[in-house]
Amino acid sequence: MLEINNLHVKLENEDKQILKGLSLTVEPGSVHAIMGPNGSGKSTLSYVLSGRDGYEVTEGTATLDGEDLLDAEPEDRAARGLFLAFQYPVEIPGVGNMTFLRTALNAQRKARGEAEISSGDFLKLVRAKAKDLKIDAEMLKRPVNVGFSGGEKKRNEILQMAMLEPKMCILDETDSGLDVDAMKLVSDGVNALRAPDRAFLVITHYQRLLDHIKPDVVHIMAAGRIIKSGGPELALEVEKNGYADILAEVEA
Amino acid sequence: MNTAAAKSPRAARREARQASTAAFLETLTLPDGPAWLTGLRKEALARVADLTLPDRRDEYWSYTNPDRLIAHDIRPAEVFKITDEPPMYQGIDRLKLVFVDGVFDADASDPLDGEGVEISHLSEAGDIHWAKDLYGSLEAAGQKPVARPLAALNTALAKDGVLIRVTGKVSRPVSLIYYREAEDAEAVLHNVVKLEPGAELTLLENGPVAARSSICLEAEIGEDAVLHHVRTMGRDHERKGITNLFARVGKGGLFKSFSLSMNGRLMRNEAMVWLTGEGGSAHLAGAAMGDGTFHHDDTVFIAHEAPGCESRQVYKKVLRDGAVGVFQGKILVEQAAQLTDGYQLSQSLLMDENCQFLAKPELEIYADNVKCSHGSTSGEISPDHMFYLRSRGVSEEEAKLLLVLAFLAETLDEISNEHIAEDMRLRLRRWLEKHTH
Repeated sequence: MLEINNLHVKLENEDKQILKGLSLTVEPGSVHAIMGPNGSGKSTLSYVLSGRDGYEVTEGTATLDGEDLLDAEPEDRAARGLFLAFQYPVEIPGVGNMTFLRTALNAQRKARGEAEISSGDFLKLVRAKAKDLKIDAEMLKRPVNVGFSGGEKKRNEILQMAMLEPKMCILDETDSGLDVDAMKLVSDGVNALRAPDRAFLVITHYQRLLDHIKPDVVHIMAAGRIIKSGGPELALEVEKNGYADILAEVEA
Repeated sequence: MNTAAAKSPRAARREARQASTAAFLETLTLPDGPAWLTGLRKEALARVADLTLPDRRDEYWSYTNPDRLIAHDIRPAEVFKITDEPPMYQGIDRLKLVFVDGVFDADASDPLDGEGVEISHLSEAGDIHWAKDLYGSLEAAGQKPVARPLAALNTALAKDGVLIRVTGKVSRPVSLIYYREAEDAEAVLHNVVKLEPGAELTLLENGPVAARSSICLEAEIGEDAVLHHVRTMGRDHERKGITNLFARVGKGGLFKSFSLSMNGRLMRNEAMVWLTGEGGSAHLAGAAMGDGTFHHDDTVFIAHEAPGCESRQVYKKVLRDGAVGVFQGKILVEQAAQLTDGYQLSQSLLMDENCQFLAKPELEIYADNVKCSHGSTSGEISPDHMFYLRSRGVSEEEAKLLLVLAFLAETLDEISNEHIAEDMRLRLRRWLEKHTH
């Protein structure tokens, strides 16, 4: 589904190389986790895949279902089924959460040549999905993320994911700033979306989240590359011994 | 430091200004009218002579050049085709009063009556009229502490306008519609509204008015009375104009005024509001959008004279392709006005690097137990906001539109009538759809 090949990325305005030959293949229906120390380029990877400005791809490719991803506008990537759950969801005063959700959903439907959803169907849909994530009507009415707690913001990200039904979901440190209960809610939301034609790339610092969202493959990322891949046991190893052992092992 | 040598150039300058003002006033002819009105017009003319016409050296005219608001030659402005726009306030039941090029059009207007409201118009005001105690009086009072000679000139020269006295709670809005036909007409309108204690009115103004316009509104808002005022300026590109708003709010009274400006070459909106009785409120808001030669100026003065009053100023401008926005806003809190709650916000959204926003927020406070805040910012659309919306599939154009409307939302919140607010929102959206590139 997602295929990244020898990806090299630098900052646009700085002579700083961040990704240095990253390769990764995510199959439909699977959950891949990326772990790695601070500064290894995990967030950059999520931004480059979703099309944020400020990065320059100097080498390599990334495709979604065989089609190039890197030259597409962010909205086109979204319409093709890519979704990034932000580490820091932004607050947008003046734009209502409901307006935002409906605009986004209809924009994607339109881009795919589908009819717009009626207001009635939309309301039913959003209420049902919000209920599962314990997002109340008051939160839906507020401007996007304004006055939301850290946990509420993350739940709102998962709500968007549930509404938009993307096929490739990237979760960028979704566990950061979550207490145990919120982590359970968010994980349940993600697990409910697991499907044979949908894949997840879960970026995290801690093994904790992976207790709830069980990965098929765990990758360790350092200095802009995947340095080791393995099963879920790799995450446990990191939790126990830190990254130092793995880094040393790879360098040796 | 004032030496005789330093004083004399100033004195000479004042003499020169008085002379040129006097020469300008010589060329004017006062409109006909009943004796009381003629008397008040002459008094206003004398005020102009004394104040002298404004120029760029005046503190409150340093950001906006008044010359084109005064000059004898009124440059023609192409008439915007009304059919290009859906009519305003569709579906809102209202009493319509139509002016064409600044002259009342009785045939196009609704009958001048309604329950709880007494309406006449200036060009047909009779010898005895309640407005004789009010016409020009708030304008005259509003010449201090900041001189507003163009408002006095309006009082002197206004050919028409409405005179509205409200005695009850009127639910049907009075809607003033200013059409224009001639390419080069000037319209000078002076409206007077008097709300008796406990009365309530919604006053709407819309339309392109004229190639050059001056509109003055004097509003006396009695105890516990409420005036909702919403005005929109038409879209004709070359249009120039000034509005002067004077409102005196009594005990427990409420004055809300919202202005929407789109396009136009030069627009100056002045407001002077006095809160004279305990517990009075004034909310002034403005949304302006323009590009190219657009120059838009909001100059607002709110005087808190009584304790426990509240005031809000919320002004936002969206500027592009070289447009200029000006905000000069002041909250004056007199010594008696303890427990004042004053809020002032002026912001502009610069859509490109050629635009300019000039802001002068001022607070002058003589009471010691008050809450006053003011903020002024200018900036561009946040790239983080843009990316967030686009990452969810919203197109770049739609994302921009949503964010510009979001930026202006706080001004629209100041409109109490949700139907009217929605009408404004649609209008803003249409403008943006046409101008987003």
